[in-house]
Amino acid sequence: MSPSEHKSVDSATSTPLVSMRGIDKIFFGSYANRGVDFDLMSGEVHALLGENGAGKTTLMNVLSGIYAPDAGSIALEGREVSFRSPRDAIESGIGMVHQHFMLIPVLTVWENMLLGMSGVPFVMKKNEIVERIRALSERYSLAADPEARVWTLSIGEQQRVEILKMLYRGTRVLILDEPTSVLTPQEVRDFFSALRIMTAAGHGIILISHKIDEVLSISDRLTVLRKGRRVDAVGASGVTREALAEMMVGRALKRVKRPEPSRGGETIMSCEGLRARNDRGVVSLRSVSFDLRAGEILGVAGVAGNGQGELCEALSGLRAIDAGLITFKGERVSGRTPREFIRRGVSYIPVDRKGVGLASNMNLRENVALKRYWKKPAAVRKIFMNWKYIDGLTGRLTDMYDVQANSLSSPVRALSGGNIQKLMLARELSEAPAVILAMHPVWGLDVGAAEFVHERIMEERARGSGIILVSEDLDELMEMSDRIMVMSGGTVMGMVERPGGVTKEEIGLMMAGETMEAAR
Amino acid sequence: MDVLIPILAAAVRSGTPVLYATLGEILTERSGVMNLGLEGIMLVGAFAGFSVTQSTGSPCAGLAAAFAAGVLVTLVHAFLCITMGANQVVSGLALAMFGGGMSAMLGRAHVGRTIKGLSPFKLPVLGDVPVIGPVFFNHDAMVYASYALVALLAFFIFKTRPGMNLRAVGESPRASDAMGLPVVRIRYLYTLLGGGLAGIAGGYLSVVYTQMWVEGMTAGRGWIAVALVIFSIWHPMRAALGCYLFGGIDALQMRMQAAGTSVPAPILLMLPYLMTLAVLTFISIRKRQGILLGAPASLGSPFRREERE
Repeated sequence: MSPSEHKSVDSATSTPLVSMRGIDKIFFGSYANRGVDFDLMSGEVHALLGENGAGKTTLMNVLSGIYAPDAGSIALEGREVSFRSPRDAIESGIGMVHQHFMLIPVLTVWENMLLGMSGVPFVMKKNEIVERIRALSERYSLAADPEARVWTLSIGEQQRVEILKMLYRGTRVLILDEPTSVLTPQEVRDFFSALRIMTAAGHGIILISHKIDEVLSISDRLTVLRKGRRVDAVGASGVTREALAEMMVGRALKRVKRPEPSRGGETIMSCEGLRARNDRGVVSLRSVSFDLRAGEILGVAGVAGNGQGELCEALSGLRAIDAGLITFKGERVSGRTPREFIRRGVSYIPVDRKGVGLASNMNLRENVALKRYWKKPAAVRKIFMNWKYIDGLTGRLTDMYDVQANSLSSPVRALSGGNIQKLMLARELSEAPAVILAMHPVWGLDVGAAEFVHERIMEERARGSGIILVSEDLDELMEMSDRIMVMSGGTVMGMVERPGGVTKEEIGLMMAGETMEAAR
Repeated sequence: MDVLIPILAAAVRSGTPVLYATLGEILTERSGVMNLGLEGIMLVGAFAGFSVTQSTGSPCAGLAAAFAAGVLVTLVHAFLCITMGANQVVSGLALAMFGGGMSAMLGRAHVGRTIKGLSPFKLPVLGDVPVIGPVFFNHDAMVYASYALVALLAFFIFKTRPGMNLRAVGESPRASDAMGLPVVRIRYLYTLLGGGLAGIAGGYLSVVYTQMWVEGMTAGRGWIAVALVIFSIWHPMRAALGCYLFGGIDALQMRMQAAGTSVPAPILLMLPYLMTLAVLTFISIRKRQGILLGAPASLGSPFRREERE
């Protein structure tokens, strides 16, 4: 019940806070972790680095009691333990902040803190609890209003609440799964200084990440995983980012060739004074105006949920707009059906691949046919399908994009996330689209596949396609884009004409709602 | 005023069985389980209450039996929906039909008999307040108990630790599970409790309100309770309001029939149901305007730990 009252910092050469030895975790006959060793000392930030699917999260799910390991042992301060549930782990002082927050939106912050804790009285003493949370949030400089309802908080605030929740439970080992992916560069800085306060107080922090620069700037040590095995554990000082990249990927990284900035061709699509609501009926696009030119990549930066999704939906005809105008090659298209947009060559790669992008219970060939089933050569006399043609096409696409599937007739649901993603991209990037609306096109792909997708997008750009690239990864945006548009709260904060001439910090300030003039 | 008071008093009495069922369903739905079988559970409760009261002579034993019968029937629904992850709508509808059929079959021998139920008594002090006294405080013990239950549940759901756990499980079972809450146990508890209250609702109809058994005697009150849960936005206080509104229209239509208006009886009988439709339409309009926030987020969806979204 008492918030974390930890002992003084352990003497320097004490036993590790956490020691994992020879951890195996097997899913469906294949190793997600194999013989992994991992140590965490008190007072250190230890980064767990690796590509998507390297087994980082699996290893930490083992440590936090969600998965039981198939082999190996875990010791806390030299004492061997075995957890049967997350609750066991929490009670031993291990807390994990998942990528998808485990918060109940309708409850207040203080209610979320108490959830599942033992020893809470039947009728809760709110004032006492709120006071305790205030003290805790001040001590670790993690600002959060205890009486606010969670759904009213920004993603950054929710993350702080998650961390406070763990500290409130007396956590000594804090596991953070990709914590910075939802933050602006400024928020990342504040976040890192809060981590330092925690380590100074004797906590140990495990940081799961795939961003090399970031972990180099905050961690004391790094453990690199690749394909479920530990490659090495090294001190953060005296290791280069190139060496780490090679450890992660197993080969030297190709730097994506930064394209010659393109002035672009003529305007292919443009919108003026766009205003639209989100699914809850809240206005989430406000007087958005810009032109998209043929042969350019227009990057869209912004913290998730600041109107990027609604913008892409409006531009693909899926979301009705309240006001404004969308034109395609000078012709008004707003108010038309999505098929009219598709007919003109607008391709849309949504975030929700399984829900919006593909029909997950239908098979590969049917999903490939979904975007062209009404026209030749996929359709024959408007009624019959030309399956021979569709099969041929699906086969070519899956070969080209290296989609791993048992057969063309297996349901898309049965594919892994990366393969679903590749199938979606294969369909949307084929047929020479005039406009590509791509939301996070490389999320969940390994480095090789991501390189391939970036190359394909570059090819489409060279061919003359106008591309909108929505991403939360500023490095990706700055490398790929000809121009960058920054969105915050549904409005355009600024249009960066030359990505080379602006810093990440400046873009971050605009993401946080500053105008371009104020950010410079 | 003198004309109104008996109608208002009748509204409270007529609204009480619906109130018990609505409160029960609020608990069930707050945990994320939808139980559309209220109509059937109420009928089983009504029959159980009637037959036990008849054989023991004790209305209290009858109401206890109604509660137990409600829990027992709901156990089927709980097992199918929580343990097996079955479709809650289908299971609920099946339960509604099953309850109706079973009570009709078992109750055939009891049709036409009467029992002695609870009698009304005036509460001291409160009962003497003008208007309020005769309307609210001149009833049987079950009406008074329902007042207490409304206040108790409002406090329980929003102020206590188990109430918070209940809301959390209905909102996000996955996050609740990660925080160590026993999701399955909590859902069972409130689904069965809700079923028990629906049983009492039926028992009140047969043991107290009519003091006899008639096949299908709930006459759609179970369905109305389901609608009133939405009207109440899952809040016990608003549930009471909705139930007395329903009771008022019910009482009014009976008065009008008794007074012999020229309006045909079937149309009068339709009034409470028409009101329910009107209320639902009104709520949907408000919801589309984004004024009302909706149901518990996980309502109707089963939870399995190993399944990822």
